[in-house]
Amino acid sequence: MRFYEYEAKALFQKHGLPLGQSKLIDNSSGAPNQARAAFKSLDCGPVVLKSQVLSGGRMKAGAVQFADTADEAGEAAKAILPIEVNGQKCRSILVEEKTPIEQEYFVAITWDGRAKRPVCVFSDMGGIDIEEVAEKNPEHVSKTHFSSILPLTPRIAKEAVGATGVSGSDLNKLAPIVFKLMQIFLKYDLTLAEINPLAKLKDGRFLVLDGHIDMEAEARGNHKALLDELGIGDEETRQGRPPTEFELAGARVNAADHRGVAGNVVEFDGNLGLVIGAGGGSLTLFDAIRDHGGEPANYCEIGGNPSMSKAKELTKLILSKPGVEKIAVMMNVVSNTRVDIVARGVIKGCLEAGKDPAETIAIFRIPGAWEEEGFKILEKYGVDYCDRTVSMYDAAGRAVAKMQS
Amino acid sequence: MPGEFIDIRVDAKVAKNATLARKLAEICPVSIFISPDEGSGDGIAIDESNLDECVLCDLCLQAAPKGKIKIVKLYE
Repeated sequence: MRFYEYEAKALFQKHGLPLGQSKLIDNSSGAPNQARAAFKSLDCGPVVLKSQVLSGGRMKAGAVQFADTADEAGEAAKAILPIEVNGQKCRSILVEEKTPIEQEYFVAITWDGRAKRPVCVFSDMGGIDIEEVAEKNPEHVSKTHFSSILPLTPRIAKEAVGATGVSGSDLNKLAPIVFKLMQIFLKYDLTLAEINPLAKLKDGRFLVLDGHIDMEAEARGNHKALLDELGIGDEETRQGRPPTEFELAGARVNAADHRGVAGNVVEFDGNLGLVIGAGGGSLTLFDAIRDHGGEPANYCEIGGNPSMSKAKELTKLILSKPGVEKIAVMMNVVSNTRVDIVARGVIKGCLEAGKDPAETIAIFRIPGAWEEEGFKILEKYGVDYCDRTVSMYDAAGRAVAKMQS
Repeated sequence: MPGEFIDIRVDAKVAKNATLARKLAEICPVSIFISPDEGSGDGIAIDESNLDECVLCDLCLQAAPKGKIKIVKLYE
């Protein structure tokens, strides 16, 4: 789940990272006046105005502009407002002091899936594409793994910075910033905490000029206090594009009941609705449907033992999508989700949608806890089901075959 | 609206037992039973809209005198 830059910076500020002065203005028609007022109240000379979008490429799109006077700030805000960056509309504009930069650094903390540990990527060549730096100047990029279990010590951060040849006073000033970023990463279950650029100013100070935060979506519940503090509502899915009404409805289904997960709904154009999940099962099953030539109407994730009503509401939502003729209910082998409860939910969802479960559910493949009870329910309603002897791939094939028959 | 999958039947002999009614409301993990303290009357009351949430934990069967509460699986 992505954060806007201003939210990332609010989080950084909460943890004492050095930031320039800034004001956030909204995206209303009054934004130019607000920008003029912000320029005056900041009283710091030239400013930079940055459109708040969940996408890179702002500078290239003209959504980042500079202003030396209050009137220029107003004009810049007016110009930025209508600009869409990769399909993202301007949510608000951050007016920030423009600072004289001596050098730019890059630091990002993320997960290294292969190493199964967090990794700190640091470079003394920030401000530009880090992949390009890694390719052309690998000696200027360090990768330092650390533990998410053992206590974190400042030494790790110092190693990460020092590995690129930074030394002396700069090393001593940079390492605490990198260390705090590591702490933030771990504390809030982030998948990415990035500062680029992290600038050294001509007066020797260091400032965070831009930040990028991604939080693990499943961790939202654990960090509700922070999200509330930042004004991030449950309904905000924060995908790479604005959510559709269908996706927002999916988020509401998930948020309405704390029991289990039945959400992360993503809308597609196909005609086969998917109720899928379990330990990576969603991605596997989605791909399997496509590999068999099927056209998914949606992606979603169910698991963690959703209640009957949660499974029912998700089913009803998917069946309400125009063009959806059937649904495939499939999961990996489950130990923490009740097969019978999901069976009840999807059947009741069909019934409440005015559809015959036997005709509507193309395949039910959820093996695991309470499956015998679940199979009794499925048999009563004439739903085609299979157990773990049928692979997820083959079950997906059976669903697609029914769509094509 | 009765359940599609589950029905719960209460013997008339315990239906007016307010103490049991409170106990059932306390232990049911999916709020099928309503406590008399919530204005449901002086005996055992059932929220029919929650019947299909029953997780078959049998806690209600254990709390009540033997045979006085029955969980009926309508799909069997």
